[in-house]
Amino acid sequence: MNFSPGDAVMVKDDWPETRGPVHIRTPHYLRGHKGRVLRYLGDYPNPEDLAFARPAARRPLYHVTFPMSELWPEGTKDDDLVVEIYEHWLERP
Amino acid sequence: MNIVEADGEALLVAVRKLLIGKGVLTEAELAERMDATDNASPGQGARMVARAWTDAAYRTLMLEDGTKAAEAVNIPMRGMPPLGVLENTDTVHNLIVCTLCSCYPRAVLGYPPFWYKSAAYRSRAVRDPRGLLAEFRTTLPDGVKIHVVDSTADYRWMVLPKRPAGTEGWSAEQLAAIVREGDMVGVTVPSV
Repeated sequence: MNFSPGDAVMVKDDWPETRGPVHIRTPHYLRGHKGRVLRYLGDYPNPEDLAFARPAARRPLYHVTFPMSELWPEGTKDDDLVVEIYEHWLERP
Repeated sequence: MNIVEADGEALLVAVRKLLIGKGVLTEAELAERMDATDNASPGQGARMVARAWTDAAYRTLMLEDGTKAAEAVNIPMRGMPPLGVLENTDTVHNLIVCTLCSCYPRAVLGYPPFWYKSAAYRSRAVRDPRGLLAEFRTTLPDGVKIHVVDSTADYRWMVLPKRPAGTEGWSAEQLAAIVREGDMVGVTVPSV
């Protein structure tokens, strides 16, 4: 587990969809955006492998929070989004 | 013939026989799961909410571990994804959506309402939650911040709404009767 609650993180600006068949649980609207780790949710088998019946390593899953103003031009700073993101999609900004 | 063209009924019988014949499942496990699916309804979640409103220790358990809290009121959770519960307060209102598909806490709320799976709900909840709530005729007091929870992976989320004023002294059964599925998704708030 590499991140702790409160850590600033950035969702990787990666688009595996452009390279072949994939099953990705990281919504496209978050890629390349900055957020903050809210809580660690446990380790779960990586759905990107599970979906193709490949051996799936357990990966840490976090609840990450993003201010609406970081995601949308009209987003307000007061509201935020909370999303489950696997550790291998997060990097330090 | 390929699997897409197969007669659905015959395919179901064949797969069921194979699963049981090969020892992947027993008839009893299958019956248990079918019962759990048939019995899951918003009434289950409403019982949890009403208990949390009347029992502080249960509320603490529910916010710490939704799965344990569901099991504590005899809702079958075996084999279900972990359940997380997020509490609405005087300053925060939670709204649940699944933008990628239709992840929904079925064990405690049953089948999702039709709009939950619609492209309109899924896209607008994350971009214009206040506009969306207004269409459900939900107005939040000034100063309440919206947490939109996009349910994308292994957890399923439900909202613990705020107990409405005017319900002082009510029993858990009376309280459960006023909690609707939308209140536990966060598109509406309970009222009397």
